[in-house]
Amino acid sequence: MGGFFKSSIGRKVAMALSAFFLMFFLIIHLAVNITSLFSEDVFNELSHFMGTNPLVQFALQPVLIFGVIFHFVMGFVLELKNKKAKGVAYAKNNGAANSTWMSRNMIYSGLVILAFIVLHFIDFWFPEINTKYIQGDMSGMHDGNFRYFHELQHKFLSPARVGAYVVAFILLGLHLLHGFTSAFQSVGATAGRKKALQTFGKVYSIVIPLGFIIIALYHHLNH
Amino acid sequence: MNLTLKIWRQKDSNAKGQMVDYKVTDISEHMSFLEMMDVLNEQLVNAGEEPVAFDHDCREGICGMCSMYINGEAHGPDRGITTCQLHMRMFKDGDTITIEPFRAAAFPVIKDLVVDRMAFERIQQAGGYISVNTSGNTQDANAIPISKHAADEAMDAATCIGCGACVATCKNSSAMLFVGAKVSQYALLPQGQVEAADRVKNMVAQMDLEGFGNCTNTGACEVECPKGISLDNIARMNRELMKANIS
Repeated sequence: MGGFFKSSIGRKVAMALSAFFLMFFLIIHLAVNITSLFSEDVFNELSHFMGTNPLVQFALQPVLIFGVIFHFVMGFVLELKNKKAKGVAYAKNNGAANSTWMSRNMIYSGLVILAFIVLHFIDFWFPEINTKYIQGDMSGMHDGNFRYFHELQHKFLSPARVGAYVVAFILLGLHLLHGFTSAFQSVGATAGRKKALQTFGKVYSIVIPLGFIIIALYHHLNH
Repeated sequence: MNLTLKIWRQKDSNAKGQMVDYKVTDISEHMSFLEMMDVLNEQLVNAGEEPVAFDHDCREGICGMCSMYINGEAHGPDRGITTCQLHMRMFKDGDTITIEPFRAAAFPVIKDLVVDRMAFERIQQAGGYISVNTSGNTQDANAIPISKHAADEAMDAATCIGCGACVATCKNSSAMLFVGAKVSQYALLPQGQVEAADRVKNMVAQMDLEGFGNCTNTGACEVECPKGISLDNIARMNRELMKANIS
C-alpha cells in the first residue's frame, strides 16, 4: 500500500480523501455557525461543547489540522510536479476551450483559502487556544455570560474583515465547484452517478460558502 | 484565403527553438490542415529553405500520427478530429494561426513539430496486452459470452489511437486518459481479468516513470480527444489500481 500512495493515482486519491474530510468539516462548521442567526443560546451551547469536548478537541481537531496542512502541501507538491511535467509552455494556449477556469486555477483559489485560514486562525483559533489552554480558563464565560456569541459579533464589526471573509468564501465556492466532483472522480466513484454528483456538487459549492457569507454579513449588520 | 502562420521551428532535439512567421496565399477552404502545410513546405523547398517537419501518416484520422497544437488547442479548433481531418474552412481569410508541437516533458521535440511519443509505446509494453498461448488449443474468443454493455464500453476505450492529444492538452501533461483507456479495454473483458492487477500496476508505474504529470480532473483531455474517450476510463483505472493494491 506504501507504493500506492507514491504513485500518481495514489497521490490523487490521498488528495481526494483529505478533501472529503474537509468538505465534511465544512458542513459541521456551517451547521454550528448558522445557529448564531437564530439563537444566541444555542450557538453558545454548541460552541462551548465543540470547544471543550475532549473528543472534538484532542481527536478531531488534530486530524483536521493535519488534513488542512496535508491538502495544501500535497496540492503544492503536485502543482510543482505538474509544471515540471509540462516542460516548455505553449506560446498560445486556449484553456477556456476545453476546461473551466476553476479546474485550471485550483492552486490560486487554494492559496486564497489558505491565506483566509491564517486570518481565521488569528481571529478565532489562537485567542481560543490562548484562553483555554494557556490561561487555563475552560469556563467559556465572560462577565457571567457565555462569551462566544459576543466574540463573533465583535469580530464582524470590521467591514475590512467581513470583506476579506466574503472574498475568501467566493473563492472557496469556486474551489469546491471543481473540487467536489473531482474528488469523487479521483476515487473512481463517479460511475453511473456523474450527473447526480455534478448537481449535488453545484448545490454544495454554492450553499456552503453562501451560508458563511450570510452569517458574516448578518452579524456585521445586526450588532 | 491568405494566412499568416506562426510556427515553432527547432533544428533538432538539442537546439533552442523559436516561433517563425510565414505567409501562405491562395489556400482553399476545402484543404485539410496538413494539405495547407504541404503548400507551405512546397513554397519553402522552392525558395531553398528547410521545410517544416511534422508527423503524418494515414491522413484519415486512424493512425494517430498527426499532432500539432493549433491556435492553443490539440488538433486545432474543431471537435472529435485529428489534424488531418481539420479543414481550412475552420479559419478565415487573413487569420494568423499559431502552430506548436505537442508539449510535455515526456514528449521531447525531435524536430520542428515532430515529438517523440515512444513513452506511450513503453507504457503499452508494460501491460497493454493479454498473454494468450497459441498452442493450437486456444479458445475461440467469440465463444466467451460478453454483455453488450461491457463490449460497447471496451470497444469505446479501444478506439484510442494513442495520438497524445490528451497529454498535449492537459495543463499537467498527464497521460491518464490514454492509460485509462488502455487499462479499461481489458479490465472490461473476461480475457483481461487474469493479468488485471499486474497490468494496471505496471502501466501506471511506467506512466509515472516517463514523467507524465498528475491528473487534476480538468476534463480538457476528454474534450480534445479525437475519439471522444470518456473520463470514466480514468475513474475505472483509479478503481482498478486501488483494487490491485488491496487484493
